[in-house]
Amino acid sequence: MQVKTFKRGTHPPEFKELAADKKIEEIPLPENVFISLSQHIGAPCKPIVKPGDEVKTGQLIAEGEGFVTSQVHASLSGKVKKIDKYPSPIGTKPTMIQIESDGNDEPLQEWTEEDWHKLSIEEMKNRIAKAGIVGMGGAAFPTNVKLSPPEKKPIDTFIINGCECEPFLTADHRMMLENSDKLLEGTRIIMKILGAKRTIIGIEENKLDAIELLNKKTASESNISVQPVKTKYPQGAEKNLIDALLKRKVPAGGLPMDVGVVVNNVGTAIAVPQAVKTKKPLIERVVTVTGQGIKEPKNLRVRIGTPFKNLIEYCGGLTPDTKKIINGGPMMGIAQYTIDVPVIKGTSGVLALTEDITQKAKEFTCIRCGSCVETCPMGLVPTRLVRLIEFDKLNMAEEMGTMSCIECGSCAYVCPSNIPLVQRIKVGKQLINEKNN
Amino acid sequence: MAKKNSEEQRFTLSSSPHLSKEDDVNKIMNTVIMALVPAIAFSVYHFGWDSLLTIMVAAGSCLATEYLIKKMRKREVTDTSSLLTGILLAMTLPPGLGIGFVMLGSVFAIAIGKEIFGGLGYNIFNPALLGRAFLQASFPVKMTTWEAPQHLAMDAKSFATPLGGYKFGESVIQNAGDYIDGLIMGNVGGCIGETSAIAIILGGVFILVKKYADWRIPVSYLGTVFVLGGIFWLISPANYPDPIFHLFSGGLMIGAFFMATDMVTSPVTPLGSWIFGIGAGVIVILIRLFGGLPEGVMYSIIFMNAFVPLIDRYTRPKYFGEVKK
Repeated sequence: MQVKTFKRGTHPPEFKELAADKKIEEIPLPENVFISLSQHIGAPCKPIVKPGDEVKTGQLIAEGEGFVTSQVHASLSGKVKKIDKYPSPIGTKPTMIQIESDGNDEPLQEWTEEDWHKLSIEEMKNRIAKAGIVGMGGAAFPTNVKLSPPEKKPIDTFIINGCECEPFLTADHRMMLENSDKLLEGTRIIMKILGAKRTIIGIEENKLDAIELLNKKTASESNISVQPVKTKYPQGAEKNLIDALLKRKVPAGGLPMDVGVVVNNVGTAIAVPQAVKTKKPLIERVVTVTGQGIKEPKNLRVRIGTPFKNLIEYCGGLTPDTKKIINGGPMMGIAQYTIDVPVIKGTSGVLALTEDITQKAKEFTCIRCGSCVETCPMGLVPTRLVRLIEFDKLNMAEEMGTMSCIECGSCAYVCPSNIPLVQRIKVGKQLINEKNN
Repeated sequence: MAKKNSEEQRFTLSSSPHLSKEDDVNKIMNTVIMALVPAIAFSVYHFGWDSLLTIMVAAGSCLATEYLIKKMRKREVTDTSSLLTGILLAMTLPPGLGIGFVMLGSVFAIAIGKEIFGGLGYNIFNPALLGRAFLQASFPVKMTTWEAPQHLAMDAKSFATPLGGYKFGESVIQNAGDYIDGLIMGNVGGCIGETSAIAIILGGVFILVKKYADWRIPVSYLGTVFVLGGIFWLISPANYPDPIFHLFSGGLMIGAFFMATDMVTSPVTPLGSWIFGIGAGVIVILIRLFGGLPEGVMYSIIFMNAFVPLIDRYTRPKYFGEVKK
């Protein structure tokens, strides 16, 4: 089969072999979970429980207000111990609800299955919203919002993003192998909600087993196809994936729905059937715990709110030369100063990197080699943008597309002068936003 | 144990990405120097140990100049780019120029060609070529006196280069054998490091494969010289040399692979690289056929260097999903 891809990009070492063959394991319930009230894009939730309350697994404990928001639920049963600000893996210190486990994991109700074919589209969307499902690839955008495009923007194609282009991470890969039926059921549900004619599952060719398995399982369904894409970073970036699969270019500042497409991550699609069929909320996710600093890398199914510490301990602990702990992958993930931070809905990986991998070489001046230009998946000229931003020429930087930067980090990765290009462009984006507001 | 871990372990905080490619400026410079070894080796065989001495003097003077200026500016020398500049300058000098001239050119190349602009990355013109242009303008006779290659056993103090031969009517290259042995292998007169096309191409292809030079530049530069030179030759074979001669004579090969591809002084955009190469190619042919000088490679590159900021400005690629206003 023909392999598709996008223009430019780079190919960092994959390091997938550390965990790619490790079956998803369930870890023992933690003693405490810390459930963040802002783990999604949009307004934070307001708690509806107070310290001392008893909660059951799956019980709603905080609600969002407005359209772009989400709900959070107790991920195990026990007592609400504290509602306070704790460090979160996205670098902020939001309010979290600490629940002390009673060890029983007592569910709120019995989650009985219904046939989703009999449900209305509104009811299905409602169930997805109430289950607190958000994009599980990292951005954590509320899924029900994504599945409600305005009528003026009809969706003809639904894309499942199975690229998992970040090095090290293998959670999506394992889920495609172990939960393929759920994935396909979720796909059918989402297709019905969107009214999309077809689904394309885009998978990087370094996951041949997943491509073969899903090909076999979708052989009889003409409206679902599996498309191998080149193993190249950032193949899984939404706009680049759409470009690779459909040759459609999302206009700058626009959304995939502007070109008739909705993209969901593998984990998100897998979470959908449970929510729609049983109304059981999202209380767990699969996390890859990996990196040279982890003694035994693994893929784990964990309750939302479980501290990183528990995951790392379950994987044999850290090696002494661990220098960095990262929430997510090495290209876009966020460095942590403590392993007490909890897993949130967008945590795809817990990465421990050792000194030899993270050591930064000295920064030189730009030698105008053009590597960043040849790599930028958005067609920007990073070296020029950075210089404009440094000299406070924000209008010109904006004109040259600074706001289109997807912060994938490819420019900084390839730069032979070790200039923190993407980091400075991120600052520039903030400055431009401030200027415009 | 876990408690101890979270309390005592100090983790590094930094913004993503957390990986970086193993290239750095010095690795690039050193690789380009390595790529020049075949050409240097041939020059020693061809012109004798004198040429190695010239190369070492030039490299040493460049490094010393850089060190002194950096010291005055209270900075440190952090890269080996000045060594490369020195070697490249030496390659473009006629054999037997004299140590004093070599040193003078080297000081000019680094001081005026590079450091005055702020050092590596900020210079507008290729420093090695600027050093050579300075020597050419200041000592035109010295710079165009060609010693015969040592192993050709000729007593002649002055020796015509293929291009000079063409320009001043005493053709050196006449039959097919002259092309292969003379132009391609390098058994002709000329500057220290420019005579052997094959040795230069060997190193040049190496840096193209390593992606330390933009392939678009040599392709468009050499291609333009070949096509444009070919057009003139087809019009009047009696008056104009053939395109193969153009391609392999003078400093075109070293210019195309090692000078025009200098990252700092060439465009950063892919389209810009094409324009840069084509422009330089046109200028080479114009100077060679209609100018007062036999060779135009040096000026063609320096001239196009000046246009690089402008080229970069007007060849910015359209970014993803850009809507033209």
